[in-house]
Amino acid sequence: MSDAETENVGQQFGRLPATDADREVEDRASREAVLDFFDRRFGIEPAVFEDFTFWEKGKGKIWIFADDAPSPIRVEGLGMTVLRTRQEHWKPTQSAIQRFGGHATKNVIEIDGEAAAAFARGEDQDLDWDGDWGYLIAAHEVGGEREPIGVGLYVYGELRSTVPKGNQESLSPLSTD
Amino acid sequence: MNPLERYAPLVDDTEAFFAACERPLPSVVRVNTIKTDPERVRRALDDEGIEYEPVDWHDGLLRLSDGSPGTNWPYFHGWLHGQEEVSAVPALALDPQPGEKVWDSCAAPGSKTTQLSAMMDDRGTVVGNDNNLGRLSSLRHNAERLGVTNLVVTKQDGRNFSLKDFGFDEFDRAIVDAPCSCEGTIRKNPTTLEEWTLEHVHSVAAVQKGILSRAVQATKPGGTVVYSTCTFAPEENEAVVDHVLDTEDCEVVAFDCPLDSVSGVTEWEGDSYDSSVTDTHRIYPHLNDTGGFFCAKLEVGG
Ligand SMILES: C[S@@+](CC[C@H](N)C(=O)[O-])C[C@H]1O[C@@H](n2cnc3c(N)ncnc32)[C@H](O)[C@@H]1O
Repeated sequence: MSDAETENVGQQFGRLPATDADREVEDRASREAVLDFFDRRFGIEPAVFEDFTFWEKGKGKIWIFADDAPSPIRVEGLGMTVLRTRQEHWKPTQSAIQRFGGHATKNVIEIDGEAAAAFARGEDQDLDWDGDWGYLIAAHEVGGEREPIGVGLYVYGELRSTVPKGNQESLSPLSTD
Repeated sequence: MNPLERYAPLVDDTEAFFAACERPLPSVVRVNTIKTDPERVRRALDDEGIEYEPVDWHDGLLRLSDGSPGTNWPYFHGWLHGQEEVSAVPALALDPQPGEKVWDSCAAPGSKTTQLSAMMDDRGTVVGNDNNLGRLSSLRHNAERLGVTNLVVTKQDGRNFSLKDFGFDEFDRAIVDAPCSCEGTIRKNPTTLEEWTLEHVHSVAAVQKGILSRAVQATKPGGTVVYSTCTFAPEENEAVVDHVLDTEDCEVVAFDCPLDSVSGVTEWEGDSYDSSVTDTHRIYPHLNDTGGFFCAKLEVGG
């Protein structure tokens, strides 16, 4: 591409560099760092993302795309949002966790019945959790298997639901017997 | 006068036709196979005590007995998408394959777009285009909720769509689910026909011709283009197909319509159309208890 990118431009997508050493756009996360994040935080193996490309549109908004495209590219959307890297603690999106969170082997908090329903309504709740603080995958049992509900932030004995407003729903608690 | 009266001469059983148009439409959902499968969805709905009936011609469609498709756990997980039965037909006619490049010229809010992605196992590229920003945001929201990763969203006028930003210059397949006078959605929106005028039918037909022509041009030789509307007016259906048969290099090809349908018409109000339009399908509401629909399949020549 002739117009190589050196900074983030709001309306275009740029492919993530393979590693930090390949970086041309300042502060842009690398593909390696993204895969490493999902692996370390949730135990999602890098192989899960092998056939996808990663892109940034605007500072710190990372998207995942099933195909490849020329970089940079000016379009309204390229695949699905997957991660926010702007803050110190990276935050996976609701869509990413619902789509890929089933591969997680750690930092998954299982909740059921009324707790799962409250989470889907977007409510915070007091819960015991022995593991790390920070972003967790909230999951419950539905249709006979465990399924991620969304992303929760666990701090000070409280699980804060981060289910986006447009996805929140008032649902009946599933019985657990 | 009820504008639908104009179609009485085209319909076998006019009484059943008008009666069906008066009835509300059943609530139907499509199972999103990017995230789950029909069996698990049925199990989850059973567990939650939600009543549904399978649709006999497609195991990924369910009729819900109770109004709103959005208030249940399977929907919350992005396993379901509210989509009318007839609306599932064009993607089946297009038959996109994993890894292909597919153009959805009028994509928002994305029922068919996300169905295409699912049929492609979410591999390859679906370019979902629309010229309406508000509707594009519904498309984005639906695609995120359903976990679609192979969708590129663009905002262009479909009539002169440009591929210059992409790494390829033609599509394997294209679908034109055109803006139309929406006569066939009367069961969902009883007020649809209040603003009906023949002038509007003619002006929207001009847009349809423009977008369908562009779709044929942007598709590779041997590729498939599907044209669909949710309206009965031949001006917006067979006449549009007849127009591109004249102006572009393509032909109508037959396809099996999974719902009961009748052939496209070759004559209407003094105009006549290419005889191959009899291989297009008209779906009237009373035939399968659905909305009204038109669907044509074209093969690009060259
Ligand atoms: C029947 S709706 C599409 C429904 C969609 N395919 C689905 O299944 O959810 C027609 C769409 O065409 C869009 N449209 C109208 N004129 C257009 C144009 N010139 N180019 C592109 N899209 C257009 C409208 O904004 C509308 O969203």
